Amino acid sequence: MENRNWERETGINKLERNTMIRARGLGKIYKEGTTELRALQGVDLEVRAGELTMLMGPSGSGKTTLLSILGCILRASEGQLAVLGRDVSALPESELPRIRREGIGFVFQGFNLFPTLTAAENVALALDLRGIGNGEAKKRGEELLSQVGLAQKARSFPADLSGGQKQRVAIARALAGDPPILLADEPTAALDSTSGRTVIELLQRLARVHGRAVVMVTHDPRVLSFGDRIIHLEDGRIVGEEKSVTRAMEKASFMDVHSAAPEISHEVSI
Amino acid sequence: MGLLARRNLFHDRVRFAVTLTGIVFALVLIIIQFGLFLGFTTTTSNNIDHSNADLWVVFHGVGYFDTGRNFSERKFYQVLSTPGVARAEKYMQAFGRWKRTDGRVENIQVIGFHPGSGLGEPWNVVQGSVADLKQEDSVIVDELYRDKLGVSKIGDRVEIGDHRARVVGFTRGIRSFTTSPFVYATFKDSLDYTNPSSSEDSTAYILVKAAVGVTPKELQERLRARLADVDVYTTAEFSRKTRFYWMFTTGAGLAVLTAALMGLIVGVAVVAQTIYAATMDHIREYGTLKAMGATNRYLYRVLIEQAVWSAVLGYGAAMTVAHFIVQASEKGGAVILMPWSMSVGLFFLAIVMCIAAALVSINKVTRIDPAMVFRG
Repeated sequence: MENRNWERETGINKLERNTMIRARGLGKIYKEGTTELRALQGVDLEVRAGELTMLMGPSGSGKTTLLSILGCILRASEGQLAVLGRDVSALPESELPRIRREGIGFVFQGFNLFPTLTAAENVALALDLRGIGNGEAKKRGEELLSQVGLAQKARSFPADLSGGQKQRVAIARALAGDPPILLADEPTAALDSTSGRTVIELLQRLARVHGRAVVMVTHDPRVLSFGDRIIHLEDGRIVGEEKSVTRAMEKASFMDVHSAAPEISHEVSI
Repeated sequence: MGLLARRNLFHDRVRFAVTLTGIVFALVLIIIQFGLFLGFTTTTSNNIDHSNADLWVVFHGVGYFDTGRNFSERKFYQVLSTPGVARAEKYMQAFGRWKRTDGRVENIQVIGFHPGSGLGEPWNVVQGSVADLKQEDSVIVDELYRDKLGVSKIGDRVEIGDHRARVVGFTRGIRSFTTSPFVYATFKDSLDYTNPSSSEDSTAYILVKAAVGVTPKELQERLRARLADVDVYTTAEFSRKTRFYWMFTTGAGLAVLTAALMGLIVGVAVVAQTIYAATMDHIREYGTLKAMGATNRYLYRVLIEQAVWSAVLGYGAAMTVAHFIVQASEKGGAVILMPWSMSVGLFFLAIVMCIAAALVSINKVTRIDPAMVFRG
């Protein structure tokens, strides 16, 4: 994780590097005819490497809108957004796919795997997007699947995988470009408790062990204890933030029990 | 990218079969229509194109082959005496009545020429020979018209314009664009068959061969300067005039070309619909690709690769079907021609047709909002 190209290219120092996303005064207004709907307003936020940040709030509170803006999928109507030290608010629309490709991995609630491709091919496709040749993409795809404990399922089609396995394939795909930022939209919502736990553990390790900045939207109370920060949104505003001071012990305990190993377990099973 | 394009295309086999059927239908329709058009045009000028003449002298105002009008034989001698003429022959084209042995009467076009002259002779003679026509009251017909003319073999006897005639040979593949089959005879016999009261001092056409070192154009100018009341065309000019008359003045060509165009439009519509439906089925996947950072160009390449695969496979299937249709047409009254240049042209047409069909889908994926991936 230390040797990412973007770091060499940008020359950002370690302290700055720790802040992967910086948002100031973000706002989003949706227009429907003459009606304006303010989905987000005055959001200040910093997303740091090595942390699992959770966005919580009731439906319509702006969580997904914020996640979309942080992922450079949606443009903010107001405010400033810097991703990996680069002010993306000022970038033309045509530049955003490159930012997403090079810096951000996405995990979706509905997995969004390609049903006609095998698990390995789904991961390799994400590498193909980045211009990596077939042979190398295939090899790297299998490695990533191995890292999420699905080496044996490399040739399985999504229809033959359980929900948890699908989400782990999706995580492997999100990791294909070795992005410093991982954004997940309710990644455990469609999963049973066992699968959900496996996925959240994986995301937590990606943050803590691998130093990625992981942001996830969630409604799922079962996973809250895994977060380093929990940001509460309501009516498009940040109304509170909990840091994991009180959860430190829980997390430490979890780490002791489940994975003291520095690498992602290869034996994850659902 | 290529893998995704192929998997998405071939995954739903029923849909892919529908796509292929649409492409094959469109291409076969285009092949048949263009093939018929080529067949028709070739048929209309067949006798001119195979005449081996450089120039055709025709009665003034005659615009196409099938309406030959007689003029004085004196023109023939004027032609012969023109410097630069290597050879000239009288040539007859006239409609006649063929009476079968069962009494039924068929209209025919009698072609009269001088056997052995090398000008205006029938070609592709598969039974008998042109020289056999030197026997009195003999004819050569095409084997395609055996049933229509009521003859089956050499030696069969018929009546043409109250004259007895005997079949001495058969050609293969010489069709008539009109419904009246060509019947080849000597120039003298052709006059008897078509107009017994006329004498040999008239002819419908004069076929001219230029001497070595004289171009047809030069000779055409010389003949035009010497001959009154007739037109002098190069073989290519007269062929073109005849083809143009039948194909465009009569509207026959326009009809087949319109049908070919309809085939193209139907093809584009069918392929566009199926590719669009396939795109819509995978729209969320395209949205996911966009969210993951795929450029529009990347998505276009996926769609275009699908279109090209559809075109190549559809073309292959269409050519197989067309091959059988073309073969079958050789035994029928209307020939469908498919020269290699048309096959090559159709390949590119298939590619263009399928890419054009993919444009609707390309427009759709261009407008995909990647934020859709976060909505339900």
